[in-house]
Amino acid sequence: MSVDAATVRRIAHLARIAVAEDEVEHLQGELNAILAFVEQLGEVDVTGVEPMTSVTPMAMKQRDDVVSDGGIRDDVLRNAPATDGQFFLVPKVVE
Amino acid sequence: MTDLTSLTLAGARERLRKKDITALELADAHIAAVEGARALNAYVLETPDQAREMAKASDAKLAAGEGRPLEGIPLGIKDLFATKGVRTTACSKILGDFVPTYESTITAQLWRDGAVMLGKLNNDEFAMGSSNETSHFGPVSSPWRRKGANTPLVPGGSSGGSASAVAAHLCLGATATDTGGSIRQPAAFTGTVGIKPTYGRCSRWGVVAFASSLDQAGPIARDVRDAAILMRAMSGYDPKDSTSADVPVPDFEAALGQSVKGMKIGIPKEYRLDGIAPEIDTLWQQGAAWLKAAGAELVEVSLPHTKYALPAYYIVAPAEASSNLARYDGVRYGLRIPGGDVSDMYQRTRADGFGAEVRRRVMIGTYVLSAGYYDAYYLQAQKVRTLIKRDFERCFAQGINAILTPATPSAAFGIGEKGGADPIEMYLNDVFTVTVNMAGLPGIAVPAGLSAEGLPLGLQLIGRPFDEETLFSLGAVIEDAAGHFTPEKWW
Repeated sequence: MSVDAATVRRIAHLARIAVAEDEVEHLQGELNAILAFVEQLGEVDVTGVEPMTSVTPMAMKQRDDVVSDGGIRDDVLRNAPATDGQFFLVPKVVE
Repeated sequence: MTDLTSLTLAGARERLRKKDITALELADAHIAAVEGARALNAYVLETPDQAREMAKASDAKLAAGEGRPLEGIPLGIKDLFATKGVRTTACSKILGDFVPTYESTITAQLWRDGAVMLGKLNNDEFAMGSSNETSHFGPVSSPWRRKGANTPLVPGGSSGGSASAVAAHLCLGATATDTGGSIRQPAAFTGTVGIKPTYGRCSRWGVVAFASSLDQAGPIARDVRDAAILMRAMSGYDPKDSTSADVPVPDFEAALGQSVKGMKIGIPKEYRLDGIAPEIDTLWQQGAAWLKAAGAELVEVSLPHTKYALPAYYIVAPAEASSNLARYDGVRYGLRIPGGDVSDMYQRTRADGFGAEVRRRVMIGTYVLSAGYYDAYYLQAQKVRTLIKRDFERCFAQGINAILTPATPSAAFGIGEKGGADPIEMYLNDVFTVTVNMAGLPGIAVPAGLSAEGLPLGLQLIGRPFDEETLFSLGAVIEDAAGHFTPEKWW
């Protein structure tokens, strides 16, 4: 499988990465080189093989259903590019 | 007086305990070495004031007879580990001047044990790279050079700053992380020892995420003993990491000097790649001979899905990365490039904040997870991953204690020499190491010799899950036979 220019633009949009029109061809070449490289996986017979979901078998631990963290708003906001002191600020989402 | 930076971690520990030296003297010697080695670009942030403060506290502890396991030992910290109040960037522009309000579990354990922080070490951006050339802070130079040449060489990656700093005596040991070989490959390139522990052995909490099912932190150190000492401090169950393994942490150092007599060492035939450098093959045979001389038994084994590990990795790792890196949106931390609306702001921020390799991997990951392609790529890769792990399980079920392979397909290469035209060329560096991450196993890289050009070459030992002790025992045998390799100072 290989990607065309329209697919590169679609992937860039899904990944929320702005791609200039003059970058598309170059990116297309790179992505296709990687896709050509991974193509060989298709030759592996995986009949009856379960996909890996956990590399080491372990039971998920459960903790008590209690509040154990929080109340650190200032810490959470400390590195934000824009806040009003209580909330993150973003460009207007709803008109 | 001997140069304090030439001590091993174990040597310094001994001298500190005997009060031959103070932690402050040790820290000062290293601070001076770091300042004198800026040409290597190993550190992206130096923290001399903090180092001196921590060293003074260590001296007080030592004076009171309350020295902890790493009391007064100066370390470098890969910039992937969140350090409270100290800028942490993963060497990406998108994290900008991020200053964590919390400490990663691993670094917290190191400080708990009395270690001293010298600063933050360079790495490939978000640990994506095999040469430390993708860092926003620029490439790291290896302290090693080819005989009679002054071409700057890469230290490997992604933990290139860690490997370079340890090899150049700019710290007594360093933290590192390994997603596809990022501890073992730079260790091999710089004549240092690096171990990627079993998945789950060391907490991932507070370590900037790349590919969560593959990421594992570990140490890079000057020798096998130092690596064992550091690993003990870094290991342990952490309730804050849901994949952390609740298993006891042994005294890894005690594994050194343990007999390897009767151990079965697998030599996987699939690792004999066509076109491999003859000196790598010779080194591999030499390593096998050393282990045999120590009483181990060599057994040819087969890991039939080896050739599929790298392509499967380049689906699984970018897929997880595309998900993990979705958090960099210009809202909560790091860089923001203003845009007309929120989506435009996201897209500009991520285009400007991510470097070329990161953008490429996020896009590949997005593609293989997108509707219509998930089954063909991601699901297929995860099934192949099951087969890769099964290969190892079958091997260990035959009674194999550990597997010996080369660590890298070549010695270190020059800065700018690889991957410019074709990203795959760089990816092939990890051909011997990536299988270990795919299977969640521990792997250690130990220096075993020099190339014809005078550059370090390493061997890799792969172990059973949670049996790092065997790797330290076997690694020490190789180290005893091969000796130590130190670069000549030119910086």
